[in-house]
Amino acid sequence: MSQATTTRSFDHYFVPEPSKYPIFGSVALLLFGSGAAMWLNKVEAGPWMFFAGLAILIYMLFGWFGQVVRESESGLYGQRVDASFRWSMGWFIFSEVMFFAAFFGALFYARVLSVPWLASGDNEALLWQGFSSAWPSSGPYTPSRADPFTPMGAWGIPAINTLILLTSGVTLTFAHYGLLAGKRGRLTLGLAATILLGGVFIGLQAYEYVHAYAELNLRLDSGIYGSTFFLLTGFHGLHVTIGAIMLTVMLFRVLAGHFSAQHHFGFEAAAWYWHFVDVVWLILFVVVYWL
Amino acid sequence: MAAVTHDQLQGHQHGQSGLMRWITTTNHKDIGTLYMFFSFFMFLSGGVMALTIRAELFQPGLQVVQPEFFNQLTTMHGLVMVFGAIMPAFVGFANWMIPLMIGASDMAFARMNNWSFWLLPPAAILLLGSFFVPGGAAAAGWTMYAPLSVQMGMGMDLAIFAIHIMGISSIMGAINIVVTVLNMRAPGMTMMKMPMFCWTWLITAYLLIAVMPVLAGAVTMILTDRHFGTSFFNAAGGGDPVMYQHIFWFFGHPEVYIMILPAFGIVSQIIPAFARKPLFGYASMVYAVAAIAILSFAVWAHHMFATGMPAAGQLFFMYATMLIAVPTGVKVFNWVATMWRGSLSFETPMLWAVGFIFVFTIGGFTGLICAIAPIDIQVQDTYYVVAHFHYVLVAGSLFALFAGAYYWLPKWTGHMPSEFLGKLHFWCSLVFFNITFFPMHFLGLAGMPRRIPDYALQFADFNALISIGAFGFGLSQLIFLVAVIKCIRGGERAAARSWEGAEGLEWTVPSPAPHHTFEEAPVLR
Repeated sequence: MSQATTTRSFDHYFVPEPSKYPIFGSVALLLFGSGAAMWLNKVEAGPWMFFAGLAILIYMLFGWFGQVVRESESGLYGQRVDASFRWSMGWFIFSEVMFFAAFFGALFYARVLSVPWLASGDNEALLWQGFSSAWPSSGPYTPSRADPFTPMGAWGIPAINTLILLTSGVTLTFAHYGLLAGKRGRLTLGLAATILLGGVFIGLQAYEYVHAYAELNLRLDSGIYGSTFFLLTGFHGLHVTIGAIMLTVMLFRVLAGHFSAQHHFGFEAAAWYWHFVDVVWLILFVVVYWL
Repeated sequence: MAAVTHDQLQGHQHGQSGLMRWITTTNHKDIGTLYMFFSFFMFLSGGVMALTIRAELFQPGLQVVQPEFFNQLTTMHGLVMVFGAIMPAFVGFANWMIPLMIGASDMAFARMNNWSFWLLPPAAILLLGSFFVPGGAAAAGWTMYAPLSVQMGMGMDLAIFAIHIMGISSIMGAINIVVTVLNMRAPGMTMMKMPMFCWTWLITAYLLIAVMPVLAGAVTMILTDRHFGTSFFNAAGGGDPVMYQHIFWFFGHPEVYIMILPAFGIVSQIIPAFARKPLFGYASMVYAVAAIAILSFAVWAHHMFATGMPAAGQLFFMYATMLIAVPTGVKVFNWVATMWRGSLSFETPMLWAVGFIFVFTIGGFTGLICAIAPIDIQVQDTYYVVAHFHYVLVAGSLFALFAGAYYWLPKWTGHMPSEFLGKLHFWCSLVFFNITFFPMHFLGLAGMPRRIPDYALQFADFNALISIGAFGFGLSQLIFLVAVIKCIRGGERAAARSWEGAEGLEWTVPSPAPHHTFEEAPVLR
């Protein structure tokens, strides 16, 4: 180790000045959370507080990330700060994986355990006579059961969306290689194509939701199938949206001349995140739509 | 070290002063202090709730509060103590001590560190404010089991959003600690040279990153079940209320270790210092903590033996749970072996640490008893369980927090804490703690259910005794407040190495620690 200490660079680690932004974020989430709770309980001030919180949050994110970008571009971040960003983005994505794991776990539990249990033994004999286990299921009794829903098929829009997301992973890697080779045109083109594909994906998902409600009678309250379908695809769609926003910010930074072949972790972090939502979609496609 | 003393007397940061200093600070010491004052405030709030509960339970019948409000009190006491008191207190210790212990200039992400703290007051406002909304606070127990949690009023929504915000805070704090430990160590501070406190927090932070998002998912499902017609926990729609328990305890059991592993770390710092011997079996301590953390993901259903599960499931979770006694036993034996033939002295921090070993171990043993499925089915939801988890959370986590506070107060304030007040605090707490919680074992075995405002006459004598003990314990904590305030305001000047046998980088900087330390990384031997 003593050998390593002489070779490893221990440059001065950047510690930021006091910042006003965190307290804005805290006030934002206070308004956001209390506003949402009030809105859900029909308190008139609720939506106002909710949107006020959202506005402050957006202001905070702009200001905070803007400051980070300026600090990064002025060369304040050394190699060790870069390593910190890498560790933190990796573990942040892991925490997101665990968030999705909760919902995939719920889907697994419903398909493998709770629905078969409801259709067997005492449950079937005494409580829900005639209910047979099958997937998709809206359960033995739901208000919308009188008007049954049609499950979402896998080989229409979802299959196209799979191709779109896989393609977007390729275009993003194309952009990354462009950046590494110093070919800014390829970088811009690949990044713009990725954002475009992400936008098309979100648009098709929105269309699919309209289709589900309008024609398939598939709704949030369509029992456990509707619950898991909409929360899994909904949270995934939200994450695609966040990823697309991140990539858009990166595109603006590219156009502003940011990033070099050696120093571009902001781009990489957005790319990691994009690949993460890509992988989540693949699992989603298999267990939610296909099987 | 002379280089770091130049701004020792300056005491504040770059022109910011007054309230703005604390709101905008990016200094790990300031943020650690904020965490600790916040957690003590929440500790007193949760304590007032506990004492209201004990006032009601002083005698049978309903005297002080209505049953509905009693349920709110038990729920909020749990949430406030877990998320508001114990967890932030340990994060405060991490903020103050980890950079000092590994020779880092600050936490890896100083601004995010500020946000991690300042998210907690909004969460506390949502949580405590929910007492004043129509229908009152959440009253489904801190575990918020469905279907109760699906049925309640606005208080439950506020609790859900408070948990979301606290979860964001915890995840950011945990990522910060992981990155600080992995990336900010001074040259020569290898992983296996790190103080045990840093090791326990590193592993705790991994647990937080892994399970806080799962809790967020669980309460989100409750929220959509409540307001958007989903059927996650509704059997009529094909879901299952028991599924909530599985998801919750997948978070909940690692959470138990989130609250105890840093306590292990603190005790592992203090016992060698006052035994004047290095920690016995350092490597085995590291592996034991890691083993406890890994096993914690495979034991969650032992909270659910009475909920119903196949016998094979009961056997698996029973044996997996009992397996945790092995690494925990390694830790206890190593602490004892550290003391063996040591040159022991019993200043206040050591008293708390030794007290911790005694009482925490009792809680560990009752945990083993609860792990045995056939016994657990008898004691489920009785006062036996209440006794068990207060022995590990109060006598475990809280006693270790006090031990650590008395141990590092000289470094934080520059003054030695009063030995008289510290010892008074310790002996009052230890005696009243046992008066409060030991009889709960008997009540539980006799069948008194928890979370009930009234009880049968045969439980009256023990309950009266418990309530007297609880008020004694609660008032004893004011001694701590006095001791800390006195220590901040004055007292015997503390040397850089405030305790004779204390080892570690934190004792190489002056007391109080200057606002900025280790701006140039220290060189390890």
